Amino acid sequence: MRLSGLQKEVLALYRQCLRECRKKPAASRKNFQVFARNEFEKNIKIDKRDFGAIEFLLRKGRRQLDLYSLPGVKDIK
Amino acid sequence: MAALRSSASVLLGAAASRPALRAAAAAPAAVRGMAQLADGAQHSTTASGEQPKLKTFQVYRWNPDTPTEKPRMQSYTLDLNKTGPMVLDALIRIKNELDPTLTFRRSCREGICGSCAMNINGTNTLACLCRIPTESSADIKIYPLPHTYVVKDLVPDLTHFYKQYKSIKPYLQRDTPSPDGKEYRQSKADRKKLDGLYECILCACCSTSCPSYWWNSEEYLGPAILLQSYRWLADSRDEKTAERRDALNNSMSLYRCHTILNCTRTCPKGLNPGLAIAQIKKEMAF
Repeated sequence: MRLSGLQKEVLALYRQCLRECRKKPAASRKNFQVFARNEFEKNIKIDKRDFGAIEFLLRKGRRQLDLYSLPGVKDIK
Repeated sequence: MAALRSSASVLLGAAASRPALRAAAAAPAAVRGMAQLADGAQHSTTASGEQPKLKTFQVYRWNPDTPTEKPRMQSYTLDLNKTGPMVLDALIRIKNELDPTLTFRRSCREGICGSCAMNINGTNTLACLCRIPTESSADIKIYPLPHTYVVKDLVPDLTHFYKQYKSIKPYLQRDTPSPDGKEYRQSKADRKKLDGLYECILCACCSTSCPSYWWNSEEYLGPAILLQSYRWLADSRDEKTAERRDALNNSMSLYRCHTILNCTRTCPKGLNPGLAIAQIKKEMAF
């Protein structure tokens, strides 16, 4: 399947999230992965042509990623 | 029948005082058909000078919790007799009485903090310094600052703006201590150079009104930041002037200013970012 640029960006963000998860302590790593997955699934039903909404969610996701990838964040519920 | 009645009420109005006449003219024709008693009641309220001055505000609404919903304009009608004179007063009243979900930034309500910058009737300004126009009955349209990402309703995301401000190192850079170990002093003439620069409150009205900044906000610093840049270049106590100038010496940071001068027109504090940018350009040229 050919992906649009926006879809690639979303997948890249998810991959980046999983990569950041690996830097977290082993005990809580699973929590981070589940959290990232849930954040993406919350909006999985959005129409792929709704660019405005997807771009906003991408920006929001990047901001969240910046915050949660700080070394001070050890666990997530 | 209706025509007869309306002419009768005009006669009646002419006999009464002037505000009463205006009330009779303003009342819709459909109501005119009702009993004379209603007209009488209206007269008694207008006699005390309590004619409501209604004004409609159209406010930009967008909620980040439902990103698939498109932004929309929502109308609120207020009686100006019970509202303060400024647009911010009206917004606060809307939030208090009509719709607590309306979101906007505000703090000092006197033009010092720069929080309530927004686009009112097509002009970027501070809501706390913008009077509600009373001479016309047209609706007031309120949008967030143009070409900014919206956080919610009238709240713009200024993260990038503040990052750019940080990049110009907005603090005194100096290695030599002052000769007598006290404050770094400057002459009155040197201090005077900072007038018209230090008053800037970084409300972002000018930057977001600049077309050049709209298209190149990633690299072009924008009028507000360049004004601050010049504030530190012009400071006689600062010793890193050459470095500051070097940092601006590229095609994007400074030279994307094409003297459109929207910045100077819109500045709610009456400053002149266009002039400051021209001064930097002059200093760099010679």
